[in-house]
Amino acid sequence: MRLLLSDLSRLWKQGIAIIALIAVGVATFIMSTNTMTALEESRDRYYRNYRFADLFTPLVRAPQSLAASLNEIEGVDSVQTRIVKEVLFDMPDVLEPVSGRLVSLEENPRESMNGIYLRRGRYPEFSDRTEALVSELFAEAHRIEPGDRLIANFAGIVQELEIVGVALSPEFVYVVQPGLLLSDDKRYGVLWIPYASMANAFNMEGAFNNLTVRLTNDANTQHVIDRIDQLTLPYGGVGTYDRSEQESNRRVSDELAEVRTMAYMAPSIFLSVSAFLLNIIVSRLVYQQREQIATLRAFGYYPSEIGWHYARLVLVWVVLGTAIGIGGGIYAARGMFRLYMMFFRFPESIQPTMTWEWGVAFGLTVGVAAIGTFRSIRRAMEFPPAVAMRPEAPQRFDHPWLGKLGITSWMTPGIRMVIRRLESNPMITLFSVLGVALGLAILVLSSFMEDTIEFVIDNQFVKSQRHDLMITFRETASESALHDVEHLPGVTYAEPFRAVPIRMRSGLHSERLSLMGLCERPVLYRVLDEHTSEIEFERRGGLTITKKLAEMLQVRPGDRVEVDILEGDRQTVLLPVARVFPNYTGPAAYMERSALHDLLEEGERISGAFVALDDSQKGETYAAIKQTPAIAGVLDKTAAMKNFRLVIARSTSWMRTINALFAALIAFGVIYNSALISFTERARDLATMRVMGFSRGEISAVMLIELLLITIAAIPVGIPIGYAFSYVLTLAMDTDSHRFPLVISRSTIAYSMMIIIVSAIASSLVVLKMLKELDLISVLKVKE
Amino acid sequence: MGDVDVYALRGIDLDLYAGEFVVILGASGSGKSTLLNILGGLDVPSAGTVQFRDHRLTDADEAELTRYRREHVGFVFQFYNLIPSLTALENVAMVADIATAPMPPEEALRMVGLYDRRNHYPSQLSGGEQQRVAIARAIGKRPDVLLCDEPTGALDVKTGSVVLEAIARINRELGTLTAVITHNAAIAAMAHRVVQLSDGRVASIQSNSVRKSANELVW
Repeated sequence: MRLLLSDLSRLWKQGIAIIALIAVGVATFIMSTNTMTALEESRDRYYRNYRFADLFTPLVRAPQSLAASLNEIEGVDSVQTRIVKEVLFDMPDVLEPVSGRLVSLEENPRESMNGIYLRRGRYPEFSDRTEALVSELFAEAHRIEPGDRLIANFAGIVQELEIVGVALSPEFVYVVQPGLLLSDDKRYGVLWIPYASMANAFNMEGAFNNLTVRLTNDANTQHVIDRIDQLTLPYGGVGTYDRSEQESNRRVSDELAEVRTMAYMAPSIFLSVSAFLLNIIVSRLVYQQREQIATLRAFGYYPSEIGWHYARLVLVWVVLGTAIGIGGGIYAARGMFRLYMMFFRFPESIQPTMTWEWGVAFGLTVGVAAIGTFRSIRRAMEFPPAVAMRPEAPQRFDHPWLGKLGITSWMTPGIRMVIRRLESNPMITLFSVLGVALGLAILVLSSFMEDTIEFVIDNQFVKSQRHDLMITFRETASESALHDVEHLPGVTYAEPFRAVPIRMRSGLHSERLSLMGLCERPVLYRVLDEHTSEIEFERRGGLTITKKLAEMLQVRPGDRVEVDILEGDRQTVLLPVARVFPNYTGPAAYMERSALHDLLEEGERISGAFVALDDSQKGETYAAIKQTPAIAGVLDKTAAMKNFRLVIARSTSWMRTINALFAALIAFGVIYNSALISFTERARDLATMRVMGFSRGEISAVMLIELLLITIAAIPVGIPIGYAFSYVLTLAMDTDSHRFPLVISRSTIAYSMMIIIVSAIASSLVVLKMLKELDLISVLKVKE
Repeated sequence: MGDVDVYALRGIDLDLYAGEFVVILGASGSGKSTLLNILGGLDVPSAGTVQFRDHRLTDADEAELTRYRREHVGFVFQFYNLIPSLTALENVAMVADIATAPMPPEEALRMVGLYDRRNHYPSQLSGGEQQRVAIARAIGKRPDVLLCDEPTGALDVKTGSVVLEAIARINRELGTLTAVITHNAAIAAMAHRVVQLSDGRVASIQSNSVRKSANELVW
């Protein structure tokens, strides 16, 4: 025990480095798993208690009487028939028109399917005034309180809505405008008003255009979907989908998948680096203490007792590191969960709590430590007492290959010492270089996302989308609607598009999405290939689809896919895939517009237009749009881009700060440790040199050159490892709603290198201080 | 219980002369190592003065002590302390590099009879050979003072006498003041003067009228 304490106190610096690394690995693990569990539980409880629907069917207009026959389908537990409309709001605090979704409410919104949770205020009642509930995120973004009034444009009729409450719904845990990558609560929100008010406003009395269904436990989902599609087809049903294709649920699931990745990937990297470092430290420790080991063995200690001594030493570090990591992880999980609550809304959020994770954390770290130190400890146990009692013969230096090349001849003795030491201990050198390289790699990993996001922004918002606004019409319109758009004040150019809901199928895979018809050579909304040059759509060219979609359907250019058109006559056609292009949002498909018209057997119908604006007239453009009943939605690209940056910054800052901190810590820990070890092993040589009259500066140079060489050698090794780590992370982050390309800028590399160099300098300063305190006399008296 | 002051050396009054071969004898704990450290500029006494020619080492700061060691002192250690990553020649050359008027490293190795093994690493040399390289390294700078701390302590008799002979030869041919500290009384017979230390004091100083050569020593 005394020996253990003395070793612990003597090795406190290495101990702290190990403890910190393990704590970091455990903290990321605990943080991610706890956040994940809390999010999952919050979501599941919400879905259960508020009866989130299983199936969703948008349609054009169906009589309420249809509900009875839908209810009778085998496997259907209950149905909800609603009116759902996209509308524009005129918000006083935003220049541009704000889009929103209006959802009708049943008699008893709290108890109904997709139950409404009231955060503040009361449920709306049907009266002369139109009372409404507003989604919490939208309310927060605009500081709306019960009692406030909102101006909305209901199909050309300006309506005043009276807000009576702030609400949440399991359908809108995450609210995102169709076509956007991220939520923008200032420009898109959800409002609920009583069915009667809504039916009045939209001429939908006795009818509905949105069906949601809850299934019984034993339902055959596909069978139910087929039946619903059959029954709703005459009423413009555009195909039923399940939760996996429901926007909010999909985003939440994707996010959970990402947290899950984080939960396993980051800690595995941190913990493997710890194992690696433990391996270096313990093997050197055993080497340095062979005399002590031999003495103990000579006194009659069993090898197992020797092994236990080192195992306990490591265990103390590991247990301390794990305990600190668990504490830190719980704290960090709270922070991360709060962050998620900025975007995801649940009526009751289950705070992250610790359950099984701590056991896993301990098991993991002890396992990692065992892997890292097994060999060294076994070696300590196998030391023959007699051999170890003799002073070690000077280390052999017989294959200096640089010397053979004649390179060392012009070097000063100090540099020669360093070079020979490095080349004669290839394993130790390799480990030191690899250790520093890993630090660098982790730095790259923790900071490359920024580059990737900038790349996506540049690609999406600057190179590809050159429009200022995307305008969608309430209904498809004739070509003349384009002229109306062109004549809006401030519009300099308008480019029409046709969008039609489809389900694309290939083999067993299918995906619901919107097929977009674009001009042959779009100017404002361009689709770019992998070389960022624009793709032209030939008339008979077939489909141009995103790589993501191609992967989901497992198709390649030249393959044919089945396309169910979920509009009009609902025909199914076979279309060739002409091109596949990389993109970073969800699945998307494009084709030439007139070819799409032919397919739909329609004339020149358009769904909306991309518009270029004269910025100075933006105010007038918006004012006019708000007066135009035909326009259902407007998307301001510049605002979307700004929001994208803001949301990303807000949602990733926590993670990035933590990661960068951890990475710097690891980098420093690794460099610092190699410096310490190297110092310990050379103290005698350096002291000898000092005694012989070398100045402190001269021997410092020897140490610093070694650190410098290791750091320089680590850079070309660490950068590719950093690329590899980052690539794995992009694969792991590849979800249905977005994917991130691997983009690493020079500045990220430079930043990572800088942190490494700063760590090296800081470690050097520590070494310099130790050199200053080097006790010349005692070092000489102690034999090696 | 208060602190007890322990003095390694008390009231030492000793003059060492150029060209002299002095053996400082003493049992372990007699203060001989402390004396050597003070002579070598590794340590300064808490009281008293140490003078090398016209320099007062007791007033010197760290940098001046380093310069003193660099320019005037050669050390030979009990455990040789060669730099394992440098060859015999490089070990010698390394010190010559920082000296003001060194002898060619090859010549220093010749003086200890190891020129032929100049390209060997310490790991390829026997203990006696390593110690002779250490001597060559110490004299390569043509020091005024050669301090040897138990130079034969880790060696057998036969090897030890070869090492001692090398030291004697340096003293003889270069006229270097040579101080050998040891607990081995047999070595005293080689010296011009023998200083006997005991309990931190000089117990006796005696001059040898007849000096033995290293190969005549028996221990």
